Amino acid sequence: MTIFRLPATKVRHYLLATLTGILTGVIPLAQAELSEESRRILANMAPGAPAPVEGDFVHIPPTLDELQASALHPELKKVILRGHDIFTNTQQYRGQYVYNELNCDSCHLGAGRLPFSGPVWPAAVTLPDYRPKNDHVNNLEERIAGCFSYSMNGQPPAYGSDEMLALSSYIQWLAKGVPMYQPGASMYGRGYPRLADAAEQPDYHRGESIYQDRCSVCHGDDGAGLNTRGKVVFPALWGDESYNWGAGISRVFTLASFIRHNMPLGQPNTLSEQEAWDVAYYVNAQERPQDPRYTGDVRETRERYGETFHKHSLYGLEVEGRLLGDHDNAGNKDFLKPEALRSRSFD
Amino acid sequence: MSKRQTGLAILGACLLACSIGLAADPGVADPVQGQAAAAVCASCHQADGSGMNIPGAESWPRLAGLDATYLAKQIEDFKSGQRSSPTMQAFAQMLTDEQIPHVAAWFASLPAPSLSSAEPYSPELLERGRLLATEGDWDNYLVPCSSCHGPDNLGAGSVFPAIAGQHPAYIRDQLLNWQQGSRQNDPQQLMATVAARMSADDIQAVAAWLSTQPGTPEQKPE
Repeated sequence: MTIFRLPATKVRHYLLATLTGILTGVIPLAQAELSEESRRILANMAPGAPAPVEGDFVHIPPTLDELQASALHPELKKVILRGHDIFTNTQQYRGQYVYNELNCDSCHLGAGRLPFSGPVWPAAVTLPDYRPKNDHVNNLEERIAGCFSYSMNGQPPAYGSDEMLALSSYIQWLAKGVPMYQPGASMYGRGYPRLADAAEQPDYHRGESIYQDRCSVCHGDDGAGLNTRGKVVFPALWGDESYNWGAGISRVFTLASFIRHNMPLGQPNTLSEQEAWDVAYYVNAQERPQDPRYTGDVRETRERYGETFHKHSLYGLEVEGRLLGDHDNAGNKDFLKPEALRSRSFD
Repeated sequence: MSKRQTGLAILGACLLACSIGLAADPGVADPVQGQAAAAVCASCHQADGSGMNIPGAESWPRLAGLDATYLAKQIEDFKSGQRSSPTMQAFAQMLTDEQIPHVAAWFASLPAPSLSSAEPYSPELLERGRLLATEGDWDNYLVPCSSCHGPDNLGAGSVFPAIAGQHPAYIRDQLLNWQQGSRQNDPQQLMATVAARMSADDIQAVAAWLSTQPGTPEQKPE
């Protein structure tokens, strides 16, 4: 078996391939090993997370220092840096594109670079692709528009706009060196990897108690987060300043994984999986702005988007005596559904 | 009772209720009462709360402009031994439980002074400090200081104090205390977990950079 080490300097992605084929002696495959340095960085980027296993595709996105040192055109560097700036301070577009208190990096920690924190580079190499959520093929800009429409409860920048160019350039640069159409399922730490089913059914009251013990010091007893001197410090988890009922993270399993792998801040993988499920259930059983796809009837909306989305959320269900999502409140914006959310067909 | 008498009686009852309310509410902190009680603090923290940077010995943090609730908790923790410092444990005993919120309110009401930075720092050290304080170093899971200590690291709520415009030797000593486990009065070990991942150079850099930053929002050039 041929094993060689890729030059560890700039090439920071590796394939830990399963080389059953090589045993036959027919397929001349070479397998790259992760360098010690890369293993160390990876372990530091995701403390307490499972290490990569054979078959995982591992990518450590480049840093801004590497951008500055690179040979990319200075104009492109400017655009990428602008994308980084928008990503980490999305609140500069409050009232224009963003109608709650979230930034992109509220959910995609480490400016979108961290494994297990919805790293954004996979989007650049897996899209365009079919997306069940809206039942058509999405490209990167449309995927970004989804974040603005749901997670930021807002109005996406126009397709082809400076902001879209900057964000998509930043995201694509983070994917530097990853093969196009690298299968998403092989990517180490992609998205918010689904936790094993909870041993005990997630419970509102256990979740509330954990929330008050471990989360409220930052996010507040009422989930409103903390805003200081006009700037967001800790994002709101429910209410008008938070994500709406159509956001991916309003699904209990998504939030459970986010919490387990990223919260409390600085202490990833410290809550048990059961605790993460319970807190996620509690947080996602609170009211938030209406799903932009709302038909005017919450049960009907739940049904219509059930298979592809709401079967994982508590929207349109009765929890603690309240029918969740049964209201006309779109949050801080004066429209329900942004123009950008439209269907597409090639029939 | 005439209408006028009734009115006076109600007014009197209101005033009585209000004064009882004030006397009975320990949450009302009075900076004026605090100023008198704060006389014991001045020998180290200075009358204006500016403290003193003492490299190589125990530094005296600036207290001026810090959050009152945060300050009161620290004094209480010194008094109870929850936060350990032989010096402060002795001084905190000199304050009654009633005086603590007043003293905290007094220092909180003072304007944060500009620090005269005597130490020359290299641009590389300051840049590393700026990065850690404002962007973090996620390859080492060091979250930016500002993610809890707020915009410009000038504090957030009553739990996360202002650290910009603080004496560098004090910041360094506290980070080392957290690393070594000799300071443990942070909620949920939020600070301890971060400090544990910092190198000696990181601590030096972040302490240096924070000390060069304005201690109040007003001082920050727009």
